Amino acid sequence: MADNPSNDVSRYASPEQLRYAGILGTGALIGFVLLVGIFVVYMSGWVTPLVPPEQLVTLWKQPVHHYLAVSGQGTGWGWLAQIHRSDVANLLGIAWLATISMPALLTVMGMALRRGDRRFALLALAEVAVLALAASGILGGGH
Amino acid sequence: MGGVMKRLCFLGPVLIGAVLLGPEPALAADVTVPASEPVPWWVWPLALFVVCFLLGIVAVPAGVGGGVLFVPIVGGFFPFHLDFVRGAGLLVALASALAAGPDLLRGGLASLRLALPLALLASASSIVGAMIGLALPASTVNVLLGVTVLGIVVLMTLAKKSEFPEVPRPDRLSQALQMHGVFHDAAQTRDVSWQVHRTPLGLVLFTGIGILAGLFGVGAGWANVPVLNLLMGAPLKVSAGTSSFILSLVDSSAAWVYLNRGAVLAIIAVPSVVGMMLGARIGARLLKVLKASVVRRWVIGLLLFAGLRALLKGLGLWN
Repeated sequence: MADNPSNDVSRYASPEQLRYAGILGTGALIGFVLLVGIFVVYMSGWVTPLVPPEQLVTLWKQPVHHYLAVSGQGTGWGWLAQIHRSDVANLLGIAWLATISMPALLTVMGMALRRGDRRFALLALAEVAVLALAASGILGGGH
Repeated sequence: MGGVMKRLCFLGPVLIGAVLLGPEPALAADVTVPASEPVPWWVWPLALFVVCFLLGIVAVPAGVGGGVLFVPIVGGFFPFHLDFVRGAGLLVALASALAAGPDLLRGGLASLRLALPLALLASASSIVGAMIGLALPASTVNVLLGVTVLGIVVLMTLAKKSEFPEVPRPDRLSQALQMHGVFHDAAQTRDVSWQVHRTPLGLVLFTGIGILAGLFGVGAGWANVPVLNLLMGAPLKVSAGTSSFILSLVDSSAAWVYLNRGAVLAIIAVPSVVGMMLGARIGARLLKVLKASVVRRWVIGLLLFAGLRALLKGLGLWN
């Protein structure tokens, strides 16, 4: 095994890249477990949903603004206040998956700064800023 | 497709069991909407799971991402509004990219240094695309989606690929950002050094790709790979791997917009994600026995049909 150069990952990936891969792998796994686990609870009916699935059949045909008006689901981070509803709780796993790149980027930014690679650190920081802006709801929702 | 997907295989049967065997959900919810549909609600997430499982199987040999198949096909043939289909489509593309990303990065087939500048512009523009998409009427988005999918069909039919493009001299920007690397080509059992050129034009094109990804809720590997490979000169395998990694950032930012606007319904998104990822795992195994060129032709035919459906639906000619 040791003779196979493809096994020597450090030859092909920088320490930053390897660290990023580790955080992404662990984060994705947690996210998938969250996603499926909460969905199983939702489908089981153990926890009351905001909108029962049998009533979604008529709502999912309509535009999102109609769904929001009828269901009363909050926009922006408003869903957090309804997290005790099983259907809304699913958004936790989805939000997790959309967030896990941020800690990975911040970690490699720190590593790049310690190496004196300011350009790469700045790029990583800018990407975090874009993701944070999208997540904030300032542009995409929250009204 | 690494460890994350292997573990996810255990979750598929759990999901199917939850939908099939679970008791009826509690009825004490806040909302009351007349439910007079002829088809029981649980048929749809199950059908979605099966369709996405099949799409996942064909996506791998056809060399396309599941997201680009998901939106036109589910949008065209399922009863869901396009707002929710695009929200789920982004989740499908994001989950696939996150599952594949770690192994691609470790093996050097995805490059963080190549990806980051391109992903930065694409993820910023994907926010704009998502906002435009959610502001436009569904009929307009359907027309644009139909035209785009038909464009993808042309691209898939005509576009050439270059295994190892020649890059005589990297441009100054790519040098400054250290957009180069080495990967091990297992097929040729040798290490391959690579560098890129035409970075400024690549950045402009990725800005446009980001808008399309956000607007339609599709993964944009079909556009990423030609730009990285044919324009910028990255080897084909590095282009495919880096494209997948870029999607993990671009789709994250666009997914937040859909999430903030309430356009992500778990009952549509979760069965789609799990079905597509399990199907992709089977597809990767079938890669050895299926003739990829034949599957690719099927998928092109499928996309042609779905693209026409979206276009005609948007024009009000086939509802």
